Amino acid sequence: MSTTGTTGTTARHTAYLLGLGDDALVYAQRLGEWLTRAPQIEEDMALGNIGLDLLGQARALLTRAGEVEGRGRDEDDLAYLRDERDFRNVHLVERPRGDFGQEMARLLWFSSYQHELYAGLLGSGDEVLAGVAGKAIKEVTYHRDHATQWVLRLGDGTEESHRRMQAGLEAVQPYVAELFDDDPVSVWAAETGLGVLPSTLREPATGYVHAVLEQATLTVPEEPRWRSRGGREGIHSEAMGYLLAEMQHLHRSHPGATW
Amino acid sequence: MTAMTTTTTDVERAVRGILDPEIPVITIDDLGIVRDVELVGDDLVRVTITPTYSGCPAMEAIAQQIRLVAERHGRRAEVVTRLSPPWTTDWMSEEGREALRRFGIAPPTGTRPAGPVTVSLSVRRVTCPHCGSEDTEELARFGSTACKALRRCRACREPFEEFKAI
Repeated sequence: MSTTGTTGTTARHTAYLLGLGDDALVYAQRLGEWLTRAPQIEEDMALGNIGLDLLGQARALLTRAGEVEGRGRDEDDLAYLRDERDFRNVHLVERPRGDFGQEMARLLWFSSYQHELYAGLLGSGDEVLAGVAGKAIKEVTYHRDHATQWVLRLGDGTEESHRRMQAGLEAVQPYVAELFDDDPVSVWAAETGLGVLPSTLREPATGYVHAVLEQATLTVPEEPRWRSRGGREGIHSEAMGYLLAEMQHLHRSHPGATW
Repeated sequence: MTAMTTTTTDVERAVRGILDPEIPVITIDDLGIVRDVELVGDDLVRVTITPTYSGCPAMEAIAQQIRLVAERHGRRAEVVTRLSPPWTTDWMSEEGREALRRFGIAPPTGTRPAGPVTVSLSVRRVTCPHCGSEDTEELARFGSTACKALRRCRACREPFEEFKAI
């Protein structure tokens, strides 16, 4: 069994965990930006709490990635000392913060995806990953409920809230398909029983989201002419560099600083 | 500090009796997060805990408190985190629930259904910890900590927190 290089078992196992952990980490960072910016204080707290859940998931996943990799990197090394090209998150989570409707559209899609993902990972051959999934799925159920209720309220609300909720859905649509792309690492992880094949999550996740949209009197956006790709291979957008700069600045300026 | 005692019961009782830093009326044992307390050799106590929420910052404070309590009993502490099976509010003791109620926090009501949840605001019946009325409504699903929601009683008009069933 190969343990080095980009195609070895260890490297692919590590990369799979990094993809999951980076999605959670980067979205946690984005959600943290809502503190003091949400339409009401309850939403400051809700989005902060959801971000905190995701940060907790990211910590467990990155810690596990470091263990599997076996090069002595811990969660902080992986979060703060990797460069942009080494991050494996999808584009959806790195998009800059839009208005509240856009955020609810993103949260609805991401939590619906994560819900199916973690359900599949309950049976992962990586026991630590299965344990994280068992914990996380309960949290994500609350995230999805939260997004659902806002999408319903805004979609089936006033003319203005309906218009902006619909605009939010249109804005995130080009970044949805990437969640369900079968990148080589995920294909390998699914074949070995460590992970799940992203394309198998498309139907249940989309089914859930579309049912919510229908009830909210919203329209499923048309297939966009352009869609994002490549996050899992480390290809990111301009927004990612700024996000990392903010997230990593303190740790890089003061290596090893503690409270 | 001198070692006062090293019997299992004393160290274990002290560890299990540590109060939750966010809700200081409930012990971590009543909260249901202590999986195991094990004495190893003469100078170590290994405490296995299952965190409530993945990102709950109280977990760090609890681990620190465990180390402090162990030190008072002349031992080092090793805090092991066990994720599986995941923590559920079903593990909270009756004493714990009662302590929450007295503190003004509605204890978790049942476990949430595993399947899809109906899409409407607050369908669960939650009893007001102040006046006992069931006529309460949800104000915010996410309260001051990850584990709590914010509600209000329509009978006595008091707001209160609810420990979310998970």
